[in-house]
Amino acid sequence: MVTDILPLIVRDAKVRMRGKTIVGPIDLDLSGTGVTVVMGPNGAGKTTLLRMLHGLARLSSGTIDWAIPVQQAQTRQGFVFQTPIVLRRSVRDNIAYPLVLHGVARKEARARADHWGTRVGLADMLMRPARVLSGGEKQKLALARALIRDPSVLFLDEPTASLDGRSMREIETILLTAAHEGTRIVMATHNMGQAKRLAQEVIFLYRGLVHERNHAAAFFAGPAKPEAAAFIKGDIVE
Amino acid sequence: MTEIWQGLVAAFWLVVTLDKDLVEITLRSLQVTITAVLIACALGMPMGAWLAIQRFRYRRTVIAILNALMGLPPVVVGLIVYLFLSRAGPFGALNLLFSPTAMIIAQVIIVTPLVASISHQAVRDLWADYHDLLISLNATKRQRMATLLIDGRRALLTAALAGFGRAVGEVGAIIIVGGNIDHVTRVLTTAIALETSKGNFALALGLGFVLIGLAIAVNICIHALSRTEREGTW
Repeated sequence: MVTDILPLIVRDAKVRMRGKTIVGPIDLDLSGTGVTVVMGPNGAGKTTLLRMLHGLARLSSGTIDWAIPVQQAQTRQGFVFQTPIVLRRSVRDNIAYPLVLHGVARKEARARADHWGTRVGLADMLMRPARVLSGGEKQKLALARALIRDPSVLFLDEPTASLDGRSMREIETILLTAAHEGTRIVMATHNMGQAKRLAQEVIFLYRGLVHERNHAAAFFAGPAKPEAAAFIKGDIVE
Repeated sequence: MTEIWQGLVAAFWLVVTLDKDLVEITLRSLQVTITAVLIACALGMPMGAWLAIQRFRYRRTVIAILNALMGLPPVVVGLIVYLFLSRAGPFGALNLLFSPTAMIIAQVIIVTPLVASISHQAVRDLWADYHDLLISLNATKRQRMATLLIDGRRALLTAALAGFGRAVGEVGAIIIVGGNIDHVTRVLTTAIALETSKGNFALALGLGFVLIGLAIAVNICIHALSRTEREGTW
């Protein structure tokens, strides 16, 4: 798949809420392939940064430019929220929903949803109401729903924050497969082990700013900034 | 107390013998009310969904007015519809006064704000849940409204039933615009009003019990059909 919606170019972007700057000013270029992990302490602005890049949080200043017009770019992105949002429908209809929005015929959308549901390991539950799924299953559903449009860029906001080891591993496998197939992944996580397993690149966010950006190997071997070093060591960074 | 007992007996015999007049006015009651509620739902539910997803300057004012209109006095609605439909009124030429259509028009006006307001409250909570996802997936306004109305269908049923409850028991407006004409516009509520004023309490009470029974039956039917309260998580 061609990732022709990249490069993403962010210049001087800021998000302010109730007079407080949550994130920014951010200058960021995103291109190529692979997995970028966004790390940082609570309140550093990880969620807001992802929402801003995806277009969910309104910019108070600055620009975000994709290689194609933003309207088209939005349909080529996926977003997985920290708490999965499930529609009050069956698992299959949940996964098929983005296709139905795009005008794909219901029958074909459902067939593709079955395919994706099976891929993420929900094959036995396609007909069940999505609300009765467990936390991990809901997150897999959200992942399948985000991937069904075959996005060029996938944002994930701590997708495994409240999951146990097994669900986490399953989700990581799905993500690595997607990355391998050419989806550019930008993911926020708290989990150091997960970051080490997945990341090719790390963005360390601190107090709403990109404090450090580096290749994963270099970052974990010896980060340039003392806050990042403390964070990796497991010290409390405020 | 004897009147109530006689009323129960009268109701029993009216129902058991399938009294011809009773069946006729009951069917007319249902026809007028159900038509009015269906129209009110078609207008009110999309309106409620629209109010939930749309942000505009006077949104809060509109919602406050809508909530206030839930308590619209039926007699006043009846009077205004009467004036519009009367010979001298703007729609006099349509010759609708004292017809079931006039009664439906009045009831639609009474019920729509109720349906819209309850729908809005139901859909608003769902929208808070779905907001980020629907924005992220780039759903159009129309698609957002459709999704909320489909997924909120159980809560919307409550709105429709509340509308039905208000319409079926309403007398002030339909007696003015319908005129309580025997075999034309007489319905359960207007018949009760008439029999009461004639001092015919037993029959009036009998009709009253039929009306209450009807309301309960419709509610039970709809709940059974839509299987609410069965799957706890929906």
